Amino acid sequence: MNLTLKIWRQDGPDTAGELVTYPVTNISEDMSFLEMLDVLNEELTAKGEEPVAFDSDCREGICGMCSLMINGEAHGPEVTTTCQLHMRSFRDGETITIEPWRASAFPLVRDLVVDRSAFDRIIQAGGYISVNTGAAVEANNMQVPKVAADRAFDTATCIGCGACVAACPNASGMLFLGAKVTHLGELPQGQAERDSRVVSMLNQHDHDGFGGCTNIGECAAACPKEIPLDVISQLNADFRQAKKHA
Amino acid sequence: MTDTLNHGLIDDLYRLGENIADTKAPADVPIEQLWTTAKFENKLVNPANRRKLSVIIVGTGLAGAAAAATMGEAGYHVKAFCYQDSPRRAHSIAAQGGINAAKNYNDDGDSIYRLFYDTVKGGDYRSRETNVYRLAEVSTNIIDQCVAQGVPFARDYGGLLDNRSFGGVQVARTFYARGQTGQQLLIGAYQAMERQVAAGTVQEYVRHEMLELIVVDGKARGIIARDMVTGEIETHVADVVVLASGGYGNVFFLSTNAMGCNVTATWRAHRKGAYFANPCYTQIHPTCIPVSGDHQSKLTLMSESLRNDGRIWVPKRKEDCDKDPRDIPEEDRDYYLERIYPAFGNLVPRDIASRQAKYMCDEGRGVGPMVGDFRRGVYLDFSDAVSRMGAEAVKAKYGNLFDMYARITGEDPYQVPMRIYPAVHYTMGGLWVDYDLETTIPGLYAIGEANFSDHGANRLGASSLMQCLGDGYFVLPNTIRNYLAEGPFEQVTEDHPAVVEARQSVEGRIEQLLSVNGERSVDSFHKELGHIMWEYCGMERTEEGLRKAIGQIRSLREEFWRNVRVLGSAKTLNQSLEKAGRVADFLELGELMCIDALHRRESCGGHFRAESQTEDGEALRHDDEFLYVAAWEFAGEPSGAPGAPVLHKEDLIYKAIELKQRSYK
Repeated sequence: MNLTLKIWRQDGPDTAGELVTYPVTNISEDMSFLEMLDVLNEELTAKGEEPVAFDSDCREGICGMCSLMINGEAHGPEVTTTCQLHMRSFRDGETITIEPWRASAFPLVRDLVVDRSAFDRIIQAGGYISVNTGAAVEANNMQVPKVAADRAFDTATCIGCGACVAACPNASGMLFLGAKVTHLGELPQGQAERDSRVVSMLNQHDHDGFGGCTNIGECAAACPKEIPLDVISQLNADFRQAKKHA
Repeated sequence: MTDTLNHGLIDDLYRLGENIADTKAPADVPIEQLWTTAKFENKLVNPANRRKLSVIIVGTGLAGAAAAATMGEAGYHVKAFCYQDSPRRAHSIAAQGGINAAKNYNDDGDSIYRLFYDTVKGGDYRSRETNVYRLAEVSTNIIDQCVAQGVPFARDYGGLLDNRSFGGVQVARTFYARGQTGQQLLIGAYQAMERQVAAGTVQEYVRHEMLELIVVDGKARGIIARDMVTGEIETHVADVVVLASGGYGNVFFLSTNAMGCNVTATWRAHRKGAYFANPCYTQIHPTCIPVSGDHQSKLTLMSESLRNDGRIWVPKRKEDCDKDPRDIPEEDRDYYLERIYPAFGNLVPRDIASRQAKYMCDEGRGVGPMVGDFRRGVYLDFSDAVSRMGAEAVKAKYGNLFDMYARITGEDPYQVPMRIYPAVHYTMGGLWVDYDLETTIPGLYAIGEANFSDHGANRLGASSLMQCLGDGYFVLPNTIRNYLAEGPFEQVTEDHPAVVEARQSVEGRIEQLLSVNGERSVDSFHKELGHIMWEYCGMERTEEGLRKAIGQIRSLREEFWRNVRVLGSAKTLNQSLEKAGRVADFLELGELMCIDALHRRESCGGHFRAESQTEDGEALRHDDEFLYVAAWEFAGEPSGAPGAPVLHKEDLIYKAIELKQRSYK
């Protein structure tokens, strides 16, 4: 395949950026999208131009490090991570626009790389169960109904990639937050801190500049792990409960 | 640490040094009581003194995050470093299948002793008995800890934890969270660590890469790190340094490791005096998605839990290899693992499963597309499982793996058998550590995949997560006290000559990489190195091949420093520069791996020397000659290039287990 790429280039957060056009040729449809960018970067290096900076690590769809708005969609046209998007999803001759995640809570670092440490700060605000090492009781002393265990697992599959934020017109992080609140709230171990967790995490979310949810649903549509939209309802329900208990 | 004078250079490739031994495990104590005794005898650090002590942890995967969380809770000052943008991305996250623990919830005969026995046997009697027993012992605590943190392990309808069995063992001792066990365990450890970040006991440094170890008066006292965003070279001093930086499988370029996995932290420590043990022990994972072409940047692993229900076969006749597998009748299929190893069938250990797949393809009975002039693939067939359990049950167990396979290959594994082929996965070698997990540099510890001690020449499936969390949560925090109790240590300031030297060497190296301005990209060197390593130091090694590889690596390394092209500046995010530093270290490690593989004229676990096999083509160990750990000391040349390394042997002593030739027939 031969393609025209329009890629956002920006040296750093304080410099101006622009879309730069690069043609690529001989792209195999078995390549992943990132392998296609590897090919471009090899060509740029050969020409003495600095390669395009982009994030990726595991390249098997689980670490959540890859990002990219592709033709305006988070992770591109398929419901998956960018590293698992293959070139067979594109047509020969196509022009593809590639931009970084867009959200003020995710400041730009360079080219297609953004800073997602706001997600870590939301977790620091209470996205855990307070248990010290060595203090745990025998695991099978506590039964977890399978339905709850499955729901906890389904929501725990969030990889923290930030596609939900990038896809949301309000740049809300509530799908990410809701997934964590639901994961821990479904389990008996998570009950002791359930109220304080949701309040504290939501405060941090707002403090870091993420927007509120207006039920548009782009987040769940873009989520490569298919976290369901109802975790946001759960988040709101937990928040109301916490306020009532307070 | 000096050479014995009566040994000269051996084939010019290495020298023999004095033997070493682990002196930290309590002496003359039955193995069952070793760890309890050690924990009692280890010194204590009172809570008020812990506040005066500082710990650097490099790497925040399962081992590093668990250690950071635990040391932070205990009250030490912890600085934790990772090269990713968040600790949650460490490659532990990609482990799929599960984590072993000797819980015996199924009453199928499991016990700490049996897990210990299986691990030593699975590692082909090349691991250290005392360390392995402790690993089996702490395994049960790991599950308790993780469940308490909210790790959503699979459960049965009664609400209790579910187990499955894994390659190489005959009991169901593997705990799992669908095909994402690594992710769920890592998120547990990450959350525990973030809790400490909030509490102020742990400071995390993301997008930071350790580029040098600071050694003052023979002791590890800190690291030089590069802030990968600003390019700033930072000095971090501490009382003790822990390396939890993972394995070095990316020396092969193509592997199941994440793109950023590298050897730099441990290699820099090796150059500063830490011995590197058993570097040639590479585990080849039997169930990966085959290579599709030259563009490939990495290989994707399919959990070997698939071997529980999938049946592996190739056509009996070469001429059937390009047929649709569904058109090949039962009698024309060779279920070769079930045929050769009836007792274990598709669940034979990884090294055996991998090598047999290679043999089938070498014989010309491989399947899938031609890559070069070979078909590199065998079938992993679920049609029996679908008829036995129903497609829904198969989906519930393996759904995400099947989806991943379909996405990558464009084929539907519910309809057509999957194709798999072995790939580089895990490295059993690493920094030499004693029972306390301390390296040969006092005050430098290595945990998780970065050390060598627990898996021998081959790692059992679902044991890596166990070792990483065991080291991080339970072992290191107890053993490191022995060292920290001697503190607080003398302050090291930034103008100390050892710090200045370390910093200058990092700056000089970066400058050198940027100033070569040659013709070839970093990746092209990495790919070429990977090709040499896979060809000659991969699934099967020969004397001739390894010698050839050493020569090729040396000339490639020479060309690298003359002809690499790294563009851009040191003062910004510069991914080519990051890669260049890592590849430079891989080019040195690769040679040591080949020397280690060459000197070990036996086959064991993941190390298969073609010259050492039984008449049936099985790996043939030589316990009389090679029952030792090969711990290599760096011996550089004045130019800075690695010179002939010094081999120190640690004899492996088995008191609890009788040495046997491994047989799975």
